[in-house]
Amino acid sequence: MEDLIKIKNLKKNFPVQKGFLDQLFAGKKKSFVHAVDDISFEIKKGEVLGLAGESGSGKSTTGRLLLKLLDPTEGVIEYNGENLAVKSSKEMRIFREKMQVVFQDPNSSLSPRMRVGDAIGHPLKIHTALTMDERKTRVMELMERVGLSPASFLYYKYPHQLSGGQSQRVVLARALVTHPEFVVADEPIAMADVSVRAMILELMKELKEEFNLTYLFVTHDLSTAKYICDRIAIMYLGRIVEIGNTRELFDHPHHPYTKALLAAVPVPDPTQRRTEEIPRGEIPSAIDPPSGCHFHPRCKYARPECSQGRPPLKEVSEGHFSSCILET
Amino acid sequence: MEQPILEVKNLSIDYPISIGTVEAVRDVSFSLKEGESLGFVGESGCGKSTLGLSLLQLLRPPGQIVAGEMYYYGKDLLKMKAEEVRKLRGNNIAMVFQNPLTSLDPLYSIEDQFFETLKEHEPKITREEAAERAGKVLEDLSIDKDRLYEYPHQLSGGMRQRIMIGLGLILDPDLLIADEPTTSLDVIVEAGFIDLLARLKKEYNISLILISHNLGLVAEIADRIAVMYGGKLMEVGNAEDIFARPMHPYTEGLIGCVPNIKMDQEKLVSMPGSPPDLVNPPSGCRFSPRCPKVMDICTEKEPPLKTHKDGRQVACWLHDEAN
Repeated sequence: MEDLIKIKNLKKNFPVQKGFLDQLFAGKKKSFVHAVDDISFEIKKGEVLGLAGESGSGKSTTGRLLLKLLDPTEGVIEYNGENLAVKSSKEMRIFREKMQVVFQDPNSSLSPRMRVGDAIGHPLKIHTALTMDERKTRVMELMERVGLSPASFLYYKYPHQLSGGQSQRVVLARALVTHPEFVVADEPIAMADVSVRAMILELMKELKEEFNLTYLFVTHDLSTAKYICDRIAIMYLGRIVEIGNTRELFDHPHHPYTKALLAAVPVPDPTQRRTEEIPRGEIPSAIDPPSGCHFHPRCKYARPECSQGRPPLKEVSEGHFSSCILET
Repeated sequence: MEQPILEVKNLSIDYPISIGTVEAVRDVSFSLKEGESLGFVGESGCGKSTLGLSLLQLLRPPGQIVAGEMYYYGKDLLKMKAEEVRKLRGNNIAMVFQNPLTSLDPLYSIEDQFFETLKEHEPKITREEAAERAGKVLEDLSIDKDRLYEYPHQLSGGMRQRIMIGLGLILDPDLLIADEPTTSLDVIVEAGFIDLLARLKKEYNISLILISHNLGLVAEIADRIAVMYGGKLMEVGNAEDIFARPMHPYTEGLIGCVPNIKMDQEKLVSMPGSPPDLVNPPSGCRFSPRCPKVMDICTEKEPPLKTHKDGRQVACWLHDEAN
């Protein structure tokens, strides 16, 4: 299948604001948070790629870079062969219709003063020349489709009158109303209750088939990622440490970090309590990350050579890449 | 039979508000044995946190206990004077709250916060003694002693969470109530935290009440599980039994709708509808409007919590005849 998105050597640094005294005495050296540190991957048409990792791993930043909600420091973002990284915000407009986003908290991504129907129809107002009535018909159809029914009733509600599950559906509908090709879902179910989560996940799966969507699914929850993603990239401190097909990655994890993450996931089954040991410590600062492989200070297999030089992603099985230099 | 550390009978809690009364907890009874861990699971608004707060009489107005009894080693908690309850809190029963950032005072160093806690219960303690004891607890929680002199903002989320536990443990309680203790933590830190709780349970023989929406977390720690819905207990039983053979349709739905990393799931169970309005709860069983196995009787009469042969308790008309 052809690639919808291809990113090459993508980097994003955020400058760190220093205090007055530090500026005065510590010299002129500026420091940066290396949020995304030279990553490359592609997303095929119709695929769900998962970006998983702990907080601070750069997964959300990557999602935003792909949509150009943030400007990359370096690198190429190819969308259908066009490099978005060099497009101005005006040139980006035509792409925005095809690229949408769903954020974690539906309530903070909906204006409390906008009626549900207007909120869902807003992208149409910006991107199309449809009349008010045409917009309304299209919005109502979509509302029924995503389970916001009766649409004629809910159309005139305000966000505070909706339940958590309903607001998440509104945000999904708003993302899909322009018939996008690509949707970045940034922890779309993290705030929802368990029963609502399952419904939203199912709905996202159905809509993907129906609208021929491609998802970038950003999540910290590997169980969810396993359920919805075709391929998964594991991020650690701004780098991709392992990427591969979901099944392959879960059955034969290669990188020690992936193994640790998998072992740490609580399983809803008391007969399968964890026995493996969990690495100590926490994700280090991205301002001054460890040398070499970022994971080596926490890795139980670490060898002296791990602290020297960035380990490249190498293919360990077909389509499955890992950046660990050890044969584990 | 030995005396349970905690016994709660027919507890009901109300929040009277302008549009009526929120029946947050209704007719909840359970008991906790020494050294046992009991997990309360349910979705938001099911009353699990309210229940936890009420055990230490920390309910905020307008919340009030309208019926029921609570006993700590046979002592009636509700008949105690405020002063006695205050002594019990910390010395005997400790609580760890959801968000460690809002539970720690940003203006005081960790050492100050330990000192304050200790002084409250042992007025004669000196700063040096306090620091020494706090240091020991921190070591137990695998935090460096020097961190004692830092402020909450200098610590990571996982560390703050462990400090909260430390503050709970410093007075050597026999019962720890943990309300969503890991919601703000990453998986690896969470797993470390679970190990820690398991170790504390073993070493200090602490009894544990764990309140969480996360079934995975509860499955890792709890010996017994109580499933709550709409302020009521739906099912109580041994953790392994509940996961292996859920009897209540809500429990079944709750387990089925969680993605499980160890399984290949084609489709998740979905439970249409949303949790009940507790001002006007549905008649009969509170789960009946969303229940896939609903029968006529379910909307008419509320099912009682019946105890079955293996000790499992279920409130469902499907399992009316005790087997």
